[in-house]
Amino acid sequence: MKLKIVQKFKQMPPNERRIYLRELLINNSLYIFLVAAIVLIQCMNPRFLSGPSIINIISLSAANLPIALGIAGAIILTGTDLSAGRIVGLVACVSAALLQMTGYAGKMFPNLQTLPIPVVFLLVIAIGALVGFINGYCTATFHLHPFIVTLSTQLIVYGALLLLLMTGNNNGQSISGLDPSYTNFIKGSVISLGSTPIPNYVWYVLVITAIMWVVWNKTAFGKNMFAIGSNSEAANVSGVNVKRCIILVFVLAGVLYGVTGFIEAARIGSNSASTGLNYELDAIAACVIGGVSFVGGTGKISGVILGVVLLRLIFVGLTFLGIDANMQYIIKGLIILIACAIDMRKYLVRR
Amino acid sequence: MENISANGTKNEGSILLEMRGIVKEFPGVRALDRVSLQVRAGTVHALMGENGAGKSTLMKCLFGIYEKDEGEILLEGQPIVFRNPREALDRGVAMVHQELNQALGRNVMDNIWLGRYPKRLGIFTSEREMEQKTRTVFEDLGLSIDPKRKMSEMPVAERQMAEIAKAVSYDAKIIVLDEPTSSLTEEEVGHLFRIIRTLRARGCGIIYISHKMEEILQISDEITVMRDGAHVATASAAEMSMERIIRLMVGRELSHRFPPKASRPGEVIFETRGISSRFAKVKDVSIKVRRGEIVGLAGLAGAGRSELLENIFGISVRSGGALYLNGKEIRNRSPREAIRNGFAFLTEERRSTGIFGILNITENTTISALRKYLRAGLFLSDRRRAADTDDMVKRLSVKTASKSTQIRTLSGGNQQKVILARWLLTTPDILLLDEPTRGIDVGAKYEIYALMEELAAAGKSILMVSGELPELIGVCHRIYVMSGGEITGEVDAASTTQEQIMTLAAKNV
Repeated sequence: MKLKIVQKFKQMPPNERRIYLRELLINNSLYIFLVAAIVLIQCMNPRFLSGPSIINIISLSAANLPIALGIAGAIILTGTDLSAGRIVGLVACVSAALLQMTGYAGKMFPNLQTLPIPVVFLLVIAIGALVGFINGYCTATFHLHPFIVTLSTQLIVYGALLLLLMTGNNNGQSISGLDPSYTNFIKGSVISLGSTPIPNYVWYVLVITAIMWVVWNKTAFGKNMFAIGSNSEAANVSGVNVKRCIILVFVLAGVLYGVTGFIEAARIGSNSASTGLNYELDAIAACVIGGVSFVGGTGKISGVILGVVLLRLIFVGLTFLGIDANMQYIIKGLIILIACAIDMRKYLVRR
Repeated sequence: MENISANGTKNEGSILLEMRGIVKEFPGVRALDRVSLQVRAGTVHALMGENGAGKSTLMKCLFGIYEKDEGEILLEGQPIVFRNPREALDRGVAMVHQELNQALGRNVMDNIWLGRYPKRLGIFTSEREMEQKTRTVFEDLGLSIDPKRKMSEMPVAERQMAEIAKAVSYDAKIIVLDEPTSSLTEEEVGHLFRIIRTLRARGCGIIYISHKMEEILQISDEITVMRDGAHVATASAAEMSMERIIRLMVGRELSHRFPPKASRPGEVIFETRGISSRFAKVKDVSIKVRRGEIVGLAGLAGAGRSELLENIFGISVRSGGALYLNGKEIRNRSPREAIRNGFAFLTEERRSTGIFGILNITENTTISALRKYLRAGLFLSDRRRAADTDDMVKRLSVKTASKSTQIRTLSGGNQQKVILARWLLTTPDILLLDEPTRGIDVGAKYEIYALMEELAAAGKSILMVSGELPELIGVCHRIYVMSGGEITGEVDAASTTQEQIMTLAAKNV
């Protein structure tokens, strides 16, 4: 296989060879950039590729992967989802409020026994799914652009979150003092790499990602989602239940935000109104960097993973390089812009 | 099939589909006035009529897209009402639309089984089964398309074949083909006709909607003509002639298909010397166009004809050669520059690169010449724009309710006239026309030919691409033939034959 490509390349005239090489470089620019960035950062700060640092990047990526996978579905439908971050915030605060340890001084509901973890998990998943359903229902039924729908639900969810923070004894404080069983379930570790423990949630995310791969590639629902994103009229004429599929995509996204929030609450330990703020923007950026195009109908799970990891790598790397925090925003913005411009070239028909 | 063989009779000739006294009214218009149609098993039934005659309304009533007000539909003698296209498909009634409605980002088999993927364990799709079933259907029809090929990477002809295969995969007894050859070359039309004949031999009833007379007479067994929402005539194809069909469709005598060529070409005004395009298939093309001359570009699909027009107009990158206008070299590096040099380009895909669908006639007409209407260099004069639009609507006899009508509600022929009007307002010297009469009806075609002739007589030069050889021979003075991106010949329209052109067109294939 590989030899064949080499042979074919040798048979090409020189000018075609040059074009072939250039295309090869451009089409794989993300990977090349990734490797170059790693080498550069490693040269400037050798601790970058140490065990703890690698585990750190992996865990941060894992924490941000489910939300990106959810938003990717909306983007494949040529939509978007602005409510993701706020749903994560609401779900994180609900999880935290229900899973505070008994006897904690600032406990939100002092009389509440610590609930079983699965009950809370199912509850927050249901909350995510409900908001997702509202997003999907309004998008599909009223033919509104998801930008508008989720712009509205994002506000509603934020309002609900602020009201929640005012209930019980809480009075707007951030919610901390989580039950150790919960914290341990998420952040504890059964497997370590060298001396660095790998937090459990990395494995949970791995399982979720595998499930999502099957859903996207091996189910009628997944294929319908891509077909609708590619040409919704064709899907409709072929008898696909377009409305149901759109709703399902958003419900599934809501469930994934629920998972993200459930992990996030334990991961950061202290949850407030700003939990989840702007997460959707990082997730959208990761999707687009990973080739989930706003044109609709295109995207791969591997692309989303690559996008999330690349973005985290840049964030962590910039810190490692000791770059000023304010400057980091400018660099992040430029990188997203350039990555997407290069990626877009693939879709353009050259004339 | 089984019950028919049980009777011991062949199903040939039995009525598969019958539409009786269909009436459809829209506010203010009776779009269908007691129209009847009978399609027999094992026949190709052509449905003809000018745009607006009610062909597509009738089909929409059949597929449940519109609800009919009166009349009944019988499928194999059973009264039936479809509420949507999917219900029709499930009962073996399929339609292949003119504007192919496909998920281009997906592969062939995903498109064919969309909405009914073969499944395992209830939720998982079975890729292997899907591929197997697709191959069976393709082999059956003699198609050699890779089921895993992405739709967007395939030529239109193959996408069309895939769409027909999709209809066949539903075991369709009735297949409606709406303008199936509008984007096919003659060779591909031949392939399509072989498939249609296979289906016919199997006892399918095929409703064939087209504007192309030659094809209709070649493929169909029966012909029904509609005019102004009413049934005009049904007869066997053997009893029909081109003149008779046109007379029935138009309702008046249309003596000629093409206007007389009165214009006399003058001196050479535009010339390309050995131009090639970097990414597209145009190689070393040298052509000359005279003042007041209509020059045709013939060739098979993919011969590089549209690409040549695009290259001249500055849409694609030129890698060699030069353009000369009135003996002086010009560059045309972008459409803007080309327009400034007096070129106009009517694109092939009217819906995607021609009209601004939701904008009205005035906006669509004046968009390329806005500079002309500036007052104080800043503000547009609505009054002058309206006046010019009125002029154009009258001059090209565009049939529209008003000039504030959205262009997408007009028929194809009238849309094309508006786009021509748009370019005429830029006062071009050289018009590049890519398939100017595709998908528009006979009456409107004649009007467009007449307009081209009028422009040529006024000293404008026209370079046109068309897949219909009779049209090129009927309208042009001279025809260049392209094959594989190169010019393979130049013929005089007055003395050439279709065979001569086809031979040249197949040279580099």
